[in-house]
Amino acid sequence: MIKFLIKGVLRDRSRSLFPVLTVTAGVLLTVVGFSWINGVQSNWLEVTAKYQTGHLQVMSRAYAEEAEQSPLDLAYIGVNQLANNLQQDFPELIWTPRIKFGGLLDIPDENGETKVQGPCMGMAVDLISKDSPEKNILNLQDSILRGKLPEKSGEILITEEFAQRLGISMGETATLISATMYGSMALANFTVTGTVRFGVTAMDRSTIIADISDIQRVLNMEDAAGEVLGIFKDNLYDNEEAQEIAARFNSKYSDPNDEFSPFMGTLLDQSGMEDYMNMIDQFGGIIIIIFIGVMSIVLWNAGLMGNLRRYGEIGVRLAIGEDKGHLYRTLITESLIIGFIGSVLGTMLGLAFSYYLQAKGINIAFMMKGSTLMISDTFRADVNAVSHYIGFIPGLAATFLGSLISGLGIYKRKTSQLMKELET
Amino acid sequence: MNHLKHIILFVLIVMMTSGSNGKDQTLSGNQILEKVDENYGSDNKIMVATMIIHGRRGTREVTSKTWVKGDDQSFTEYLAPAREKGTKMLKLGDQLWMYSPSTDRTIQISGHMLRQSVMGSDLSYEDMMEDPKLQNMYNAQVIAEETYMDRPCWVLELTAVKEDIAYHSRKIWVDKERFVALKEDRFARGGKLLKTTEVKKVENMDYRWVPTHAVFKDVLKAGEGTEFMVESMEFNAEIPDYIFTKAALRR
Repeated sequence: MIKFLIKGVLRDRSRSLFPVLTVTAGVLLTVVGFSWINGVQSNWLEVTAKYQTGHLQVMSRAYAEEAEQSPLDLAYIGVNQLANNLQQDFPELIWTPRIKFGGLLDIPDENGETKVQGPCMGMAVDLISKDSPEKNILNLQDSILRGKLPEKSGEILITEEFAQRLGISMGETATLISATMYGSMALANFTVTGTVRFGVTAMDRSTIIADISDIQRVLNMEDAAGEVLGIFKDNLYDNEEAQEIAARFNSKYSDPNDEFSPFMGTLLDQSGMEDYMNMIDQFGGIIIIIFIGVMSIVLWNAGLMGNLRRYGEIGVRLAIGEDKGHLYRTLITESLIIGFIGSVLGTMLGLAFSYYLQAKGINIAFMMKGSTLMISDTFRADVNAVSHYIGFIPGLAATFLGSLISGLGIYKRKTSQLMKELET
Repeated sequence: MNHLKHIILFVLIVMMTSGSNGKDQTLSGNQILEKVDENYGSDNKIMVATMIIHGRRGTREVTSKTWVKGDDQSFTEYLAPAREKGTKMLKLGDQLWMYSPSTDRTIQISGHMLRQSVMGSDLSYEDMMEDPKLQNMYNAQVIAEETYMDRPCWVLELTAVKEDIAYHSRKIWVDKERFVALKEDRFARGGKLLKTTEVKKVENMDYRWVPTHAVFKDVLKAGEGTEFMVESMEFNAEIPDYIFTKAALRR
């Protein structure tokens, strides 16, 4: 029977072409949309983990409460011991301390007076030690545009955009004006050895990267750090595992009655990430529901038109004794075949386009000028296993719903009038 | 001669304050403010003070020596702790420079940096830059009479007459006899309380009443506030002019 229906669909193009095209277009958009949202989500998680929170993050409890403001006065003291404990207890992660700080970068003229200055966002990481994991985590070597990575104490990297704005050349001295952990003003001279570009507008605007031991000295933070970041060695975030590690750590080391005891949070715990991710998931679901709705209406209409065109055929089939229910079911099966063909074509085209967007991406830096989001300027799609079947949901559901409604007309035909209708 | 001048000044203050009880009601808010400013005012002064900063994580002490000339020139050198020693600040009119010996750089503090805390205390650079004469910035009204620290006080409500000042309004408790502000609340334009000051000790120095121990509290900041203790104060001191130059910062 199905073989017979397939033959009918393939041979009578006027019966299948328009619905197949509609389903193909809808499925294509669903696959591309899903892969795109997936890409944005993965990108956001990856960038946030790399530059902001890690997959897991240990801070003092007081710091964790105001983490978005990076309150250095609440930084964790005793970070060397903490990092050792983390390395020992959770060797499946790379642990690295960081200090985020704000301030001004001041460029002196030949008399030592301010030539130009600008507000900067600072990140202190282990830059110099031989076995530093940060060069890989931050992908520093590939991000260098001019100059070289710092090799000794007192050297810093700044972003290319910031360097151009300040008009600074490599090897020039820059004075960092910031505040110590205890709130005093802190001044320190650094040599700019290189410029970098991360491809994240919020980072590229005015970031400086310094070695953590330099910043600990300048900001009076000996053996202290704002946070210790943990990154899974395979670089893939596993929320369940992260939650389990955080729970184990907090039960062993964290004391709710001591605001300066360490507290571990997961990537999704930080900065409302979990809410954002849920929102994106819901947004993806809404897109699929909209596609199903719109395509169902279009296919319902196509079904009605088809039924009008096949008015005679249906009449004859009823006249020769075909059961209405059987006829209704064959129309639905026929539409499911059309839906399947459209879904296959749409998924193939959608995947091709998504793979292209995954490789090339679209640069939206022009839209991110004032953005503070830790998200890459180049949005890329991310094709995963779900991308390969997600399109079949709206493709089959819409054709099924469309024919379910349009086919109801069969039950309105009166057998007694069939011969009369056919004569006309 | 100088000594005689001081005696006359002291007698005048005593006469003025002893007669004030009967004349309380006749003084307007602005007249009281003028007397408060007069009490603090001096051509030159040299002061050594210690700030005890009670932060969320403990207490720190910072000692400084300040040379002041008139209303708009001051030079401060930090003496302790070792980390801050040698840091200097120069205020000339509405400009403020800071010198850091570790970088050998002189930086002008302006814009949003003025809102930063001075050495981690509850005072900001903006507070340091304020015109010391309140009557130049505010219009005062007496709103109540209260006793504070066993001293009869006028409660004055000060409303800004200028746009570009840090605190839109203030409430001060002025000692009726000594014309010293014993307590102060500073408010933002929207009426939010930003800072408080409570004077704990007032001493007579060089024939004038000087608050020598006060507690400043930035209400928006955690911690127990900053105690400001005057260790010595020399009025009308001889201060060479070169002190108030940028060149002096590097000496």
